[in-house]
Amino acid sequence: MNLLVILPILIPLAAGALSLLGRHSQRVQGALAVIGSIALVISAVALLLATWEQGHIVSELGSWPAPFGIVLVSDLLAAIMVLLSAVTGAATAFYSLGTISIAHRKAGYFPLMHLLLAGVNGAFLTGDIFNLYVWFEVMLVASFSLLILGGERAQMEGAVKYVTLNLVSSALFLSAIGLLYGLVGTLNMADIAVKLGEVDTGMTTVIAMLFMVAFGIKAAAFPFFFWLPASYHTPQVAVSALFAGLLTKVGVYALFRVFTLIFGMDDPLIHQVLLWGAGLTMVTGVLGAAAQFEFRRILSFHIVSQIGYMMMGLALASVSVLALAGGIFYIIHHIIVKANLFFVSGLVYRLRGSYELKQLGGQYRDKPWLALLFLIPALSLAGMPPLSGFFGKFIVIRGGVEAGAWALVAAALVVGLLTLYSMTKIWAEVFWKAAPEPAAAPASGSNTLLYATVAGLALITVAIGVAAQPVLVLAMATAEQLLDPTRYITAVLGGAP
Amino acid sequence: MTRDRRLPPPDRNALRTQSLILRTTGFFLLPLLLLFALFLLLRGHNAPGGGFIAGLVASAAIAVHLFAMSEAGARRVLRVDPRDLIAWGLILALAAGVIGLFSGQPFLTAHWLTVSLPVFGELKLGSPLLFDLGVFLVVLGTASTIIINLAEQDT
Repeated sequence: MNLLVILPILIPLAAGALSLLGRHSQRVQGALAVIGSIALVISAVALLLATWEQGHIVSELGSWPAPFGIVLVSDLLAAIMVLLSAVTGAATAFYSLGTISIAHRKAGYFPLMHLLLAGVNGAFLTGDIFNLYVWFEVMLVASFSLLILGGERAQMEGAVKYVTLNLVSSALFLSAIGLLYGLVGTLNMADIAVKLGEVDTGMTTVIAMLFMVAFGIKAAAFPFFFWLPASYHTPQVAVSALFAGLLTKVGVYALFRVFTLIFGMDDPLIHQVLLWGAGLTMVTGVLGAAAQFEFRRILSFHIVSQIGYMMMGLALASVSVLALAGGIFYIIHHIIVKANLFFVSGLVYRLRGSYELKQLGGQYRDKPWLALLFLIPALSLAGMPPLSGFFGKFIVIRGGVEAGAWALVAAALVVGLLTLYSMTKIWAEVFWKAAPEPAAAPASGSNTLLYATVAGLALITVAIGVAAQPVLVLAMATAEQLLDPTRYITAVLGGAP
Repeated sequence: MTRDRRLPPPDRNALRTQSLILRTTGFFLLPLLLLFALFLLLRGHNAPGGGFIAGLVASAAIAVHLFAMSEAGARRVLRVDPRDLIAWGLILALAAGVIGLFSGQPFLTAHWLTVSLPVFGELKLGSPLLFDLGVFLVVLGTASTIIINLAEQDT
C-alpha cells in the first residue's frame, strides 16, 4: 500500500528528472511526457480504487511514526484530486506535444511540467501541514518558470502580479503554520485536529482566518482574485490550461481539507466569512467576465466565478452534507471543463492567429466539429442539462435550499445565467458571425493530436453528465468522510489519540 | 607541455579580474572549499552539515573560481553541464528513497550496508548518504546554473 500512495508523486518526479537529463533529444522528452502521464493516470486510478475499498491509506515516510514523521494520507478527496490532476496532466502532455515550440522545449518546458504535477500531487497527498507548504512551493516554483517561459513582455507583466500575490499568500500561510505550531506543538494535521480541540483561545480563530486568506489567495477567491485574470492569458495555451484546471483547485482543496479536518465549521465567524466569500466570488467573477473581449481573459474570470460554487459547497457543509458533496462534484466537473475550454481557445488561435473576439469569426462554417467541441464544455460550464455542469450546480443549489441560504441560492442561479451569456458571447463572436477579414494563415503542423485531446476531455464531460449518479455516490461518500474527521485521525494516529 | 586546467588562460583579457590577489587566492580556495564541502557532506549524518550546506559550499567554490578566472573556467571545473548535475542529483535522491519500497516499507526508509575494511574497521553505508549526495548534486547544480548564467549575461 505504501507504493500506491507515493507513486503519484514519484512518477512525475522521476519523469521530470529523466526529462531534464534527456533535454537534448526531442524524442526522449516526448516519450517521457507520454509514458509519464499515462503511468500517472494508471497509478491514480489504482489509488482511487484502493482508497474506495479501504477508506484511508496512510504511509509513514522513512518509517518515522506519526505524529513525528511526515505522513502521506490518501482519503477519497485526495485520491479524486490526484486522479483529476493526472487526467489534466495527461491532456496537457498530449496537447503540448502538438503546440510547444522547440525553443520552449529547450528552455525546459517538459521537466517543469512534470515537476508541477509532482508538486500538485504532493499537496493533495500529504498529511502534514508544513509539508503541504513545501509542496505548494514546489508547485509555485515550477509554475513561475512555466509562466515566463518565452519571456514576452505581457508574460512578465502577468508574472509580476502572479508571483507577488502568491508570495504574500505563502508568507501568510507560513506565519499561520508558525502560530499553529506555537499553539499545539505539532505539524501533523490529524494530531493538530486532536490537540486544537483541547486548547480554547481566541488565537484559534486568528489562525483560521490567516489560513483562509492564504488559501483564498491561492484559490483566487474574492477579494484576492486579481492576479488570476492578469496572468492566465499570457503563457503558452497548454500552460494556461494546466494552471486553469489545477492550480486554483489546489487552494480550494487546501480550504476543504483545513476547514473540515482542523477547524470545525461550527465557528459562526468562519461560516459567515466563507458564505460571503463564496457569494461575492461568484458574482464578481462572472461580472468581470461579462466585460472582457479576449477569449482567454473571459475564461480566466469564469475560473474565479466557479471557485465561488465550490466555496459555497464548503460554506454550507455544516448544515447540509449534500452541499459539500455538490462542491466536490463541482470540482470534478470544473477541472475537466475549464482545461478543455482553454485547449479550444488554443486551437482557435492556431487556426486564426488571435485571441481577440473582434478579430475572430466564421469558425462554425470552417470547422463545425470544433464548434461542437467548444459547445460541450461551454454549455457544461453554464450548467445546461444533461452535461456535467448542470448536476454540479444542481446539487450545490439543492444543498443551499436544504440549508436555507436563499441569498446564496439566488446568486448561484443568476451567476449561472450570466455564465451562459458569456459563453453565448464567445459562440456568437468566434463561431457564428462572419469572419471580419482574411485571417492570418493557420499555424503550420498537424492539429490531429490537439483535436483528439479536446475530444477526449469533452467525452469525459459527457460521461460525468451521463453517469452523474455514480459520481454523486462517490462525492457523497467523500463528503461524509470529510465531515467525520475522527476516521482520518484514527487512520493516521492509529487509534491512540 | 599541457597546462593545468585551473591556471588562468594566457589571454589576460578573457579574465574577469585583473587582481593578482583574487586570482591567487581563488587558485588555493577552490580545492580547500571543495574539501570542506566533502567534509560537511560526510559529517552531516550525526552532526550539523549535510548535502544542502555542502552543495552551497561547493557552489561557493565554483563562484570564487568564476570571479577569479572566467565563466568558461568555472564550466571546465564542473566538467559537466550543471543542469545534468540537477538531473542526476534528483535521480540519486529518488533512488535512495525507492530502496525502502522494494522491501514493502515506506518511501525513504533508511537501509544500511555494513562493510568491513582492514584498517578503518566497520563502515556503515546507508541510503541516507545516497540521498544526501543527491541533495548535494541538486544544490550544486542549481546554484552553479544560476551563477554561471548570470555571469554570462553580464559579459
